[in-house]
Amino acid sequence: MRGHWQGSGRCARSPSRAGRDEALSAIVEFDSVGLRYGTGAEVLRDLDFRLGRGTFYFLTGPSGAGKTSLLKLLYLAQRPTRGRIRLFGEELSEAPRDVLPNFRRRIGVVFQDFRLIRHLSAFDNVALPLRIAGKSEVDVEGPVREMLAWVGLADRASARPATLSGGEQQRVAIARAVISQPEILVADEPTGNVDAEMAGRLMNLFSALNRLGTTVVVATHDIGLIASIPGAQMVRLENGSMVDPTGALRNPPPDRGQG
Amino acid sequence: MFDWLFAAPAERRLLPGGRFRGPTPFVIAIMTFAMMTVAAAGLALSNAAGLVAQGIENRYAVQIPAGTNILPRALAAARSSPGVVKAEPVPEAEMRRTLESWLGPAGVDDQLPVPALITLDIADNANLAAIARRVEAAAPGARFIAHREVLEPLLRAIWVLKWLALSLVALMAAATSAAVVLAARGALDTNRSTIEVMHGIGATDIQVTNLFQRKIALDSLVGAMAGAVAAVLVLLLLAGGGTAFAGDLMGRSPLHGLDFVMLGLLPLALVVLATWVARTAVLSTLRQAT
Repeated sequence: MRGHWQGSGRCARSPSRAGRDEALSAIVEFDSVGLRYGTGAEVLRDLDFRLGRGTFYFLTGPSGAGKTSLLKLLYLAQRPTRGRIRLFGEELSEAPRDVLPNFRRRIGVVFQDFRLIRHLSAFDNVALPLRIAGKSEVDVEGPVREMLAWVGLADRASARPATLSGGEQQRVAIARAVISQPEILVADEPTGNVDAEMAGRLMNLFSALNRLGTTVVVATHDIGLIASIPGAQMVRLENGSMVDPTGALRNPPPDRGQG
Repeated sequence: MFDWLFAAPAERRLLPGGRFRGPTPFVIAIMTFAMMTVAAAGLALSNAAGLVAQGIENRYAVQIPAGTNILPRALAAARSSPGVVKAEPVPEAEMRRTLESWLGPAGVDDQLPVPALITLDIADNANLAAIARRVEAAAPGARFIAHREVLEPLLRAIWVLKWLALSLVALMAAATSAAVVLAARGALDTNRSTIEVMHGIGATDIQVTNLFQRKIALDSLVGAMAGAVAAVLVLLLLAGGGTAFAGDLMGRSPLHGLDFVMLGLLPLALVVLATWVARTAVLSTLRQAT
C-alpha cells in the first residue's frame, strides 16, 4: 500500500548510488508539477513523485481530487502549467508537439468512458494503435485476433461498440490499450461499468500485463479492487495534492525504490 | 509525395459516412462551373478586344467637308502617299443609309449635304503627318479621324469587363477556399472524438490531417469534374448560338488553343487549391486545439 511515488529530489539530484539506481528504474518523474485549466485555481499542486518500472499502482481519492487530471498528465494529453515531467527518461513538459506521439505510443490508456470509435468494429478499434504505428495489415490481423480472444471477444470482432454491452466495450478498450504492449498502462476507473466478476477478470488481465513488465496505474474508488492485487502500491490524492502525512511518499526508504 | 492520397481501406474507415457526402463536392462543382464560364467569357472578351484593336490600330477615316467634288483628288493624293496600304472611298449611298437610321427620311434627302469619306489603312511605320499634309494639299479642310479614338470607349469597356471577369474568378477561388476551410473545420468538429482517440494513442497531426485532406481532395476532384462537364456543355451550347455570332464578328472562334488549355487547367487548379487549403486549415486547427 505504500506509495512508490517518490520525491523527485532524491532521483534527480542525489549523487548517491541508490539515487542513480532509482533514477534508472523510474519510468515517470514529476517534479513540483502543478496544473490549472485556464485561469481557474490549480487542480493539481506540487506533485513530486517517481513511478518505478514494472510496478502496479492504484490512484485513489475522492471525486474532484484530481485523479483524472493526473492521469491526463501521465498519458500526455495535458501539459503541466508548472513543474517538470520526465517520461521514459525524457523531459516532456515543454517538448515540441511533434515529439509527443512517439511517447504516447508507449502508453496504453483505458478511458473512463472507453472512447471507442463508434463507427469502427471491435477489430478496427483494437487494431488502431498498430495501424497508427505503421504496422502492415498482415502484422495487424494476428495480434488483434489474439487480443480479442484474450479478452473473450473473439466472436464479436466485427461488432460495433453500440451493439456491445458495457463490459464488452470495456474489454475492447482494454484490448486497444494493451495491443501494442505499452510500457505504461493507465486506466481511469476501468471497472466502473462492469459487474464484480468482470472487474475481477479485468484486474487479472492488468496483473498479467504487469507481470510481463508493464507499469500499471489504475485510478479507482473500489477498495475491493485494490485488495485484489497484492503488493500493489497506493497513492491518495486530495484537493489536488498527494496525501503523505508521514513523508514516506516523498522520502521513501531505499528498499521502496524498486517495484 | 502523394502517399496521403492512397489510403488502405482500414484508414478510410476512420472517417464515417460515404465519400462525396457533405457540401464540399457541391460547392466545388458550382464554383468550377461558375469559374469556367466566367473565365471563358473573360478570355473571349479579351480576344475580341485584341482583335478589334489590332484591326483598327492603323485605320483612319478622312473626312472631306467640301464633298464629293474633290474626292478623286484627295483619293489620288492618299494613294500616292508613302505608307498608305489602302485608301477606299465610302460610297455616298452607304453614308446616307447610315444617316437615315439616325435622321429618318431626311437622311436620304439629296438636299442634305454629306461630306465625302475615305477609309485609310496605313502601314505600322507610316508617317501620318506627311500623309495628312499631302491629302490636305489636295483637299483643303480634310480631317483625319483615328478609328481607335472612336472605338476607345468600347475597348475600354471590354478591358474593364475582362478584368472584372478575372477578378470574379479570383473572388470565386477565394470563396471556394473559405468554403473549404469551413467544411474542414466542420469535419474536424464532427469527428472530434475520433481525433482525440487517435491523438491519445499516438497519431501525429500529419496522420490525422491526411485523413481529412484525402477526403476533401477526392470530394473536390469529383465536384470539379462535375462542374467542368456542366461548364463545357453550356459553353458548347453557347458556341452554337451567341458565341457563333461573336465568332462571325471576329472572323474566327472567340477562344484559342491556349484558352482551352487554361480553361481545362482551371478545375485542376481548384482541386489543388482546395486540397492545400484543407491541409493548412486542418493542421492549423489541430495545433491550436491542444
